[in-house]
Amino acid sequence: MKTTGKIVLGILILISLISLFAPLLSKYDPERIDLDSLREPPGLNHLLGTDSKGRDILSRIVYGGRISISIAVLSALLSMTVGLAVGLCSGYFGGRIDAVIMAFVDLVLSFPALLLAIGISVLFPPGIYTVLVAIASVGWASFARIIRGYVLTLRESSFVEAARSVGCGNIRILLVHLLPQCLPLLLVVAGMKTGGYILTEASLSFLGLGAQPPAATWGSMISANRIYISSAPWMVFPPGFMIALTALCFNILGDVLRQKYDVRIRG
Amino acid sequence: MLIPLLLGISLFTFTFTKALPGDPVLSMVGERAQPEVIQKIRREIGADKDVFRQYLGYVELLLKGELGRSYYTNREVFDDLLLKFPNTLRLAFAAMIIAIPFGLFFGLVSALKKDTFSDRLISSVSVTGLSIPVFWSGLLIMLFFSLRLKLFPPSGTGDIRFLILPAITLSLPSLATLARVTRTTIIEVFHMPFITTARAKGIGEARINLIHLLKNALIPIVTVIGLDFGSYLNGAVLTETIFGWDGIGRFTMEGIMKRDYPVIMGCVLFGTIIFVIVNLTVDIAYHYLDPRIRLHENNR
Repeated sequence: MKTTGKIVLGILILISLISLFAPLLSKYDPERIDLDSLREPPGLNHLLGTDSKGRDILSRIVYGGRISISIAVLSALLSMTVGLAVGLCSGYFGGRIDAVIMAFVDLVLSFPALLLAIGISVLFPPGIYTVLVAIASVGWASFARIIRGYVLTLRESSFVEAARSVGCGNIRILLVHLLPQCLPLLLVVAGMKTGGYILTEASLSFLGLGAQPPAATWGSMISANRIYISSAPWMVFPPGFMIALTALCFNILGDVLRQKYDVRIRG
Repeated sequence: MLIPLLLGISLFTFTFTKALPGDPVLSMVGERAQPEVIQKIRREIGADKDVFRQYLGYVELLLKGELGRSYYTNREVFDDLLLKFPNTLRLAFAAMIIAIPFGLFFGLVSALKKDTFSDRLISSVSVTGLSIPVFWSGLLIMLFFSLRLKLFPPSGTGDIRFLILPAITLSLPSLATLARVTRTTIIEVFHMPFITTARAKGIGEARINLIHLLKNALIPIVTVIGLDFGSYLNGAVLTETIFGWDGIGRFTMEGIMKRDYPVIMGCVLFGTIIFVIVNLTVDIAYHYLDPRIRLHENNR
């Protein structure tokens, strides 16, 4: 399992590096329309062929990775932060605050995530930030729930009691004593969830609610070219493969992390 | 319980749809229509009144059991929902009929053969199944089965031939989740003392596997099934869009795209009701499946 973890981490780092250095690596401008080379099959000039507007597929994939991966990672960070704050407060203070917050969290969790994200992403003009907000406003709930459960068990432990007995205030206990304890768990959950965020981002882009054309994202490449799937499959296969590969790596990473830290996660 | 929730949701979706960018009247008649025409349509759909009046009018309509008319087709939203719901229901059932037996079977095999080749194979295939977006797997399935092999029609709504491909596509992520959840829970149950007792009493392995193990692992499995089924009943937006299946998901999506407020609100309200019903059913199912839950409640 250890080697699997290293392999998928390596692949993820590789994909991120390629996306990061996209301008250096790609031969063509991903948004440049070239009417002389419409729908060219993969060849020496265009390694993965061109799409219906003559744009180089490989460049579009490399640039698309920037958007897709950064949205997924940023939404994970945003969800983590909000979920951590809510979960800490809910678990530590307990009582009525906890009951109200958890009722709301359950409501968010019980709704179909994609439908909720679609609903939120139509609230704002479509674009990268909208997708970010849409994913995070659904995603924070699972973090909040897990962190809250963990804080509930920590709250009664002796180090919290010791801190209180030497006169630490609530805020100090929360930030200095409890928060660092939650970080490994937070990391594990983030590893498990980011794969899902890749898929949500791709789905929103596929539906036209993500980054707007002519910018390339993996999801929008599939939806724009899906009518050519039979005659020009090279337009549709690579972006789908990249989505699946990235999501798969994150999911496996999440599994490995979970086994390593032996975290049992519900909800 | 249901009514305050619905009122809350209706208020929420109402403010929510009001906040949507874009003016439905303008997208109906086009930017260059004459101001008088725009005014007339505004009055017809009640967009000239203040927002509070509009909401009251909407609640009044709801109390009469109506959801209003679509701005575009001028058809009753409720009628359209009733027309499309059977399609969504058929798709959701079909997907579950595929996902449940296969998911349980693979999960069970994977758990019983823990750490062998078949376990690793099933686990890797199911984590892959979770990672493939349905709009991609749907396209691949469509390409292979209907465009290459010409076994099934590529898209449309109709009899079972139209149903099979979208149902398979939709079932894949559920199947993968079910297999994973089944595996983990069965492995957990495996170490419980009553399994050792059963084995000590000389009960056959097949009976232990099917009755003792599976029955005690049912609660998390039913939770997963309920969640997935509930979300499919709200319309599998992606699958329905790809396969041109005329269900609630596509209806919602079209409403959102065209800023057709009555349609969006109708779909969300309808979806909420469905969701409450499904969750309630799952809760009742827990009751019957696990006597421990019943005991716990009686002792409270």
